[in-house]
Amino acid sequence: MSIQSITAWLDERLALSALAKIAEKKEVPLHRHSIWYYFGGMTLFLFAVQVVTGILLLLYYRPSAENAFESVQFIVTEVQFGWLIRSIHSWSANLMILTLFIHMFSVFFLRAYYPPREITWVSGAALLIICICFGFSGYLLPWNKLAFSATKVGTEIAGVVPIVGRPILRFLRGGDEVTGATLTRFFGFHVAVLPATATVFIAIHVLLVQLHGMSVPPKLIGQPVKKMKFIPNFLLRDLIGWILAIGVLAALAALSPWELGEKADAFAPAPAGIKPEWYFLFMFETLKRIPAKVLGFDGEVLGIMTFNFVAVLLFLVPFIDRSPENRRRRLIFNIVGVVALLYMITMTVVGYLT
Amino acid sequence: MKLLASGLQLNRCPAASRSMGVRFRANGFAVRCEAVALPRRYDHPIFAGYALRAGSAPSTARPKATPGAEPKTKEPRLRRGKATASHRTAKPHSNSPLVKFALAMIPLLLVSMPAIAQQKSSCIECHQRLEDPKLSAPAKLFDNDIHRARNLSCNDCHGGDPTASTKEGAKDPRKGYLGRPRTLDIPAYCGKCHSDANLMKRFNPSLRVDQEREYYTSVHGMRLKEGDQRPATCISCHSVHGIRAVNDPLSSVYPLNVADTCAKCHASADYMRGFNIPSDQFANFKTSVHAKALYEKQDLSAPTCNDCHGNHGAAPPGITSVANVCGQCHARQAELFQKSPHKAAFDQRELGECVTCHSNHAIAAPSDQLLGTSQGSLCINCHSPSDKGFVAAGQMRSMIDQLIASIDSSSQILTRAERAGMEVSRPKFELKGATDALTHARVLIHSSSADEVSKVVVPGLQVAEKGYQSGVGALAERTFRRKGLLVSLVFILFLAMVVYLKIRQIERKATTAST
Repeated sequence: MSIQSITAWLDERLALSALAKIAEKKEVPLHRHSIWYYFGGMTLFLFAVQVVTGILLLLYYRPSAENAFESVQFIVTEVQFGWLIRSIHSWSANLMILTLFIHMFSVFFLRAYYPPREITWVSGAALLIICICFGFSGYLLPWNKLAFSATKVGTEIAGVVPIVGRPILRFLRGGDEVTGATLTRFFGFHVAVLPATATVFIAIHVLLVQLHGMSVPPKLIGQPVKKMKFIPNFLLRDLIGWILAIGVLAALAALSPWELGEKADAFAPAPAGIKPEWYFLFMFETLKRIPAKVLGFDGEVLGIMTFNFVAVLLFLVPFIDRSPENRRRRLIFNIVGVVALLYMITMTVVGYLT
Repeated sequence: MKLLASGLQLNRCPAASRSMGVRFRANGFAVRCEAVALPRRYDHPIFAGYALRAGSAPSTARPKATPGAEPKTKEPRLRRGKATASHRTAKPHSNSPLVKFALAMIPLLLVSMPAIAQQKSSCIECHQRLEDPKLSAPAKLFDNDIHRARNLSCNDCHGGDPTASTKEGAKDPRKGYLGRPRTLDIPAYCGKCHSDANLMKRFNPSLRVDQEREYYTSVHGMRLKEGDQRPATCISCHSVHGIRAVNDPLSSVYPLNVADTCAKCHASADYMRGFNIPSDQFANFKTSVHAKALYEKQDLSAPTCNDCHGNHGAAPPGITSVANVCGQCHARQAELFQKSPHKAAFDQRELGECVTCHSNHAIAAPSDQLLGTSQGSLCINCHSPSDKGFVAAGQMRSMIDQLIASIDSSSQILTRAERAGMEVSRPKFELKGATDALTHARVLIHSSSADEVSKVVVPGLQVAEKGYQSGVGALAERTFRRKGLLVSLVFILFLAMVVYLKIRQIERKATTAST
């Protein structure tokens, strides 16, 4: 059986030639902001790295308070290239969150959420929340002191939310305290619930991007814009980025392996000066600095409710700012976006320095 | 009665005031019902049938007793042979509402009476008003006294009648007034109660009752018995009238305060001159490893004066001589010493067992420098190069130094590997086995046997060597990773370059095709 006959057999069943024709027609606008188009693909690539390395880690990882730490220790010391897989998993998780934020802000400032791309934005915002949940749940899995304390503080913050906070805290922890039950739960979220949800949202997101094509910034609408073929020109450029990303991940893993720390001990005090992962730091710093009472309300509760409100607003962005015609609203959105970005960067830096 | 059961204060309780007023006027008391707080314990049925002793209930102003010193027996003290009322009289025998009310008031009366009675103590009332501080101080100090917290009053020690309104009546010898005891009588004075097991168990069943007997075995006690009034008696250490529980941090015999209490006399060169003993013990103790643990680390288990010298007797309970006290805590060292050749030699020369090398009050943290044959070691004070002890001392020191060096090098290489990002927590943990062996070896030197020391040093060296090899392996792995990274990066960059060239080729073709 020749290759042609196999291709013909598959084409008959999967309509490969039809898909190839669609792909061939797909084009990417070329302008001075085109660089930002690469961050979506980069985020997707890093997610794929997460999936592959995560599956490899699953071969040895044991999700229980008694064995989790030891199993990760075994992975990084005994398993051939276990250290590499574990470090790449951890580093790529962080890089993925970074590229995701860059992608989100670029879409925000380039107004890529204008109709008909509202659902694309909403699915992207959902993916941001899912990825943050991935980070929070995965952080506990090595069951070290830092992870234990961070989970304790993180879930306590969730517990502060009025009315639903306490049930959420108990649901997340699997009881009143962070125990082995919490670890088992977080493992379940990390390897089953979140991947399944992420897969659905990624599928929707990517499908919608293909359906609507790449967005052109409103300023350039009406102007002649050059185009580049998605396949192979843009995809090969994406590939260079991905190859270089592998190089960066390998360098980080070899030169700065992700630390394992000491095994969690429920009776030990929290390590001095602990800080959450960098992407939570601006929120943590805000809650730390907010006064105990603000206008008669509990400062911490108010801060958490504000973050929740901002998260809801994030989903509503394309429904509030619907058209490039409204210049005043565009200006307000630009100012809000810049202020939010500066605030996040400043608080993150302050959090690290203090 | 719910008010009573819940132990609430009887403020503005006209019925109670009336009842108690009738009762106490007859006894010459001025009663103020609203000032009385009733502890829960007095409404318990356990008191049914007991005649409560006047002055036994606490007042609202009474300081809270130290939890650890709270007597397990919750009953108030009973007045011997002087029953004033009884629950038995409260048995209802009529259904008349008035009788019921009167009967209901009886328990209230019973539980309130002692507290009210305590407020009336002519001793305290008069002495507090006296201008001479020597006479007023006892009454003022007594507020914080543990005896007061246990519902005892002046007359329990000094006798007399605290209910009398005149000085003569209160200090009437016919009412058992004893007055101020002579110094020579103080141990027996305190011992009246403190040597009475039956009495003491009502207050604190765990408290020893042999303090007086023990005291007379001490130098203090023996001198006092001979008529010397200068040695310390009970009140010299425990104070008088303001006596606090031993576990009260403000007590003069609280572990952190014991040395200062002893130093009041023993650090006074003038006072000690009369006894022909030195007065530098306190200053020496302050420099010791024990004092560091006690005062700097606030480790209350660290020994202070009484832990070695005994608190009442000449030595701690169960110890025949102060010289044997060290072994109470340093048991393993003492056991090894007893079996060592040093034991017989020390006995023969009448040398103190531990103190000869470690000193007594100024005990410094032990150091390896004390062992061996080099300058500064203690062994060479007695041993000369020609004897076996000299050789053994040199061997033991050499083994310990070797183990220390091995642990240090292993620890250093593991730290280097850790700083390079390598996971070495397991070998670092295992290295603790070598540190344990070092500690054990330092204890085993008390056997004076190089063979015994080598039994733990050799395995310790093996553990340290294993740790070292793990460090070497981790650093080799780091080098391998860096080389691997270099190769990978070359390949990755090459791949990226190939793709880039491919893009250029495609785009050049497209440009050519379009033109």
